Amino acid sequence: MLFAVFSGFVLAALTPWLIGLVKDRIGWLLALLPLGLTFYFVSHIPAVSNGEVILQSWDWMPGLDINLSFMLDGLSLMFALLISFIGTFILIYAGSYLRGHRYLGRFYVTMLCFMASMLGVVLSDNLISLFVFWELTSITSYLLIGFNHEDKDARKCALQGLLVTVGGGLALMAGLIMLGMAGGSFELSEILNSDNDLLTSSFTVGMILCILAGTFTKSAQFPFHFWLPNAMAAPTPVSAYLHSATMVKAGVYLMARLNPGLGEHPLWTALLCSAGAVTMVLGAYLAYSATGVKKVLAYSTIMALGTLTMLIGIGTDHAMIAFATFLLAHSLYKGALFMIAGILDHETGTKDLTVMGGLRSAMPITAVAATVAGLSLAGMPPLFGFVAKEALFEAVLGAPWQGAVLIVAAVASAILVIAVAGAIAVKPFWGALGNTPKKPHEAPIGMLLGPIVLAFTSLLFGVVLYAPDTLLVAAAVTSVKGAPVDFYLSLWHGVNWPLILSIGSVVAGVTLYLLWNANRRILIKVNGAVSRFGPEAGYFKMMDGFVGIANWHTRVLQNGVMGNYMIVLVMTTVILTGYTLLSQHGFYLALNLSDMNFYEGAIALLLTIAAIYVILTRSRLGAVATLGVLGFSVALIFILFSAPDLGITQVLVETLTVILLVLVLFKLPGFSHYSTRFEIWRDGTVAVFFGVLMTLLVHAAIDVRYFESISSYFVQASYPDAQGRNIVNVILVDFRALDTLGELFVLAIAALGVFSMLNLRAEVKKS
Amino acid sequence: MAYVIGVLFASAVYMMLRRSIVKLVIGLMILSNAANLLIFTVSGMTRGSPPLIPEGLTEPAGVVADPLPQALVLTAIVIAFGVLAFAVVLIHRAYEVVGTDDLDKMKDTDT
Repeated sequence: MLFAVFSGFVLAALTPWLIGLVKDRIGWLLALLPLGLTFYFVSHIPAVSNGEVILQSWDWMPGLDINLSFMLDGLSLMFALLISFIGTFILIYAGSYLRGHRYLGRFYVTMLCFMASMLGVVLSDNLISLFVFWELTSITSYLLIGFNHEDKDARKCALQGLLVTVGGGLALMAGLIMLGMAGGSFELSEILNSDNDLLTSSFTVGMILCILAGTFTKSAQFPFHFWLPNAMAAPTPVSAYLHSATMVKAGVYLMARLNPGLGEHPLWTALLCSAGAVTMVLGAYLAYSATGVKKVLAYSTIMALGTLTMLIGIGTDHAMIAFATFLLAHSLYKGALFMIAGILDHETGTKDLTVMGGLRSAMPITAVAATVAGLSLAGMPPLFGFVAKEALFEAVLGAPWQGAVLIVAAVASAILVIAVAGAIAVKPFWGALGNTPKKPHEAPIGMLLGPIVLAFTSLLFGVVLYAPDTLLVAAAVTSVKGAPVDFYLSLWHGVNWPLILSIGSVVAGVTLYLLWNANRRILIKVNGAVSRFGPEAGYFKMMDGFVGIANWHTRVLQNGVMGNYMIVLVMTTVILTGYTLLSQHGFYLALNLSDMNFYEGAIALLLTIAAIYVILTRSRLGAVATLGVLGFSVALIFILFSAPDLGITQVLVETLTVILLVLVLFKLPGFSHYSTRFEIWRDGTVAVFFGVLMTLLVHAAIDVRYFESISSYFVQASYPDAQGRNIVNVILVDFRALDTLGELFVLAIAALGVFSMLNLRAEVKKS
Repeated sequence: MAYVIGVLFASAVYMMLRRSIVKLVIGLMILSNAANLLIFTVSGMTRGSPPLIPEGLTEPAGVVADPLPQALVLTAIVIAFGVLAFAVVLIHRAYEVVGTDDLDKMKDTDT
């Protein structure tokens, strides 16, 4: 499976080269990979539907429990099949949709990387590698939404999608780590199949909240749903693939995956059911009120994601069956519908449903595919969507948590979705010919292939229910539920509640569809009024807030006044170090003069006077001379306290310094006096604080010795190992020779800098 | 000695907080001296026994001053000189280009 996942990345790396080779046919060529992967996964169906779970593992960072381990069970198999199967047609479709586009190569590279990461998400067994793939899908999604990067809106929408999903991703990482800690392992297969205290651990609630923050943002659940419609700024193949069939389902996948472990927790049930139900109704309503063909589909995708989340939350056997069926049905018809939306956009030049009409004669094949997919969306027999909807009703009828509310929500959204299906699949093709910017004509075969195959798979699955039932759905239900469930899917269950609800919703839905035009004005008004309070307004407020804080922060901290930087740094040091010092060591000052010779005291006094004189003097010459006094006094201290080498060096350096200062400083202006009285007091206080801190620090440091010094080694090894009698020299040129070499480099670079600055001046003057 | 170091650090910081760029450099010099003394002092000060090995012995006779901080300080002195030389030429050049020695007026990136 490692190769299945990574082949996408490899092919992505080869794409720029391949595209030069085959030009416009690139889509067909690249589609061979997902096609091959489809067959690869199909070949695993018999084993997996018998209940087998295939585990494979490669070491990545074994010391940290991070492995590239993969798990193939019913749920991952279903997702993997959807990703590779739909991916095949998307790649072909994109080849026609973006024919001759300047950045076609870039598009395919990102798309293949996305496909590989998505396979990684659904196949990963290790939590950390799952997270890595998860973030990769966010990043590739960002690149794909912003594919038309010259468009400002596209960039903005891409950023919005990225911030929302990556923000959630951050929470998810925390959640997954907690999950790994509570579960005692970072392998999903072990966490879910072993006895552990997932539900009773002290951070269960935090873990659930963090994980759901990640999955809700990714799967566009209320209140994070707003980024998904905006992501429609992406080219249609991207919307069809990422934002309906695959990426947005990653969140749903993870919730389903973790359901056997966390499904019993009341918080899990409550959050999933409520967020799912709200998202479902809201999505359906917004889909009905939107007019852009892609927006309609985006909102209906939100509705579907809400439904799936709610079903996981309900958690009964029926809900799990409905989950797996609905997931499969939705991916098929929504992929098809998105591609049809792209065709409509491409061939008519507009995205607005209100101006489309009567296209069936110009685009007969598209019309047929749209009708079939639309019927599946509406949940009409004998399509697979009908089976899914029946299962959904069955599930909410048996829901143990707030059953009545969920039934109302499900029926309401079903009614709205039927009206939406009409708007998307009937309105553009029937009625009077609309006034479209481009003269409509049928799309090329590359674009038609995807919708036709996906739409008719919906039909096929509906008619031959045996196939999806035993091969895919059963195994997926088993993995979501954590135990095998006995059931069979069928079109006709006899006259029962789900059927009655279905018929009722169809009648109501058709009525709503007929009122589609009439309701426009009211809906626009209502949505305009409400949107000011919606979560998206909150998002923009938050972004403005961030910018505001950053501005304020820059104004206060990064204002270009060097003195302020220094004060902040020095005072931070004083406070942090001072606090630690006082709390660990206490305030301790000692002045022991008895142990001090007369001449040592004199030098110390000289140093103090020199330091104070430098501050007070207004004469540059005086300052430089005092600095000399200061430096030579330090040299004397070195010599007095057994460091002759230091003394010699200090004398040399000090001499050079004074010469340098005399040479250069006198080309600079005299001491100017800029500071106000307040500044002098402020700086003086800061300086005194720092001085006191350093004094205390020296006292503390002389008293405390935590570790045995390594000096004794140098003292002992100096002569036997290095044949040197001056231990300091031996350390410098032998034991720590590399450090000294580095020091030489620093000096050489400083010299180069000095030299170049002096030379540069000459050139500037010449020019 | 601790008090002397404190005074040195205080005057170094005060000088570095001045707006005159020349004073900044002077502050830098005092700071490096203070830091050297700090390292030297906290490693313990020993009188009259430099870390040398007399002829004929393989180890120094008796207790000698700690050679390791001395090696560190030696490096620091030399580096400080490099930094100083660089800084002095840099401010000289900056003064020529910008035409002021007031640090608060050197705020723009493109002068």
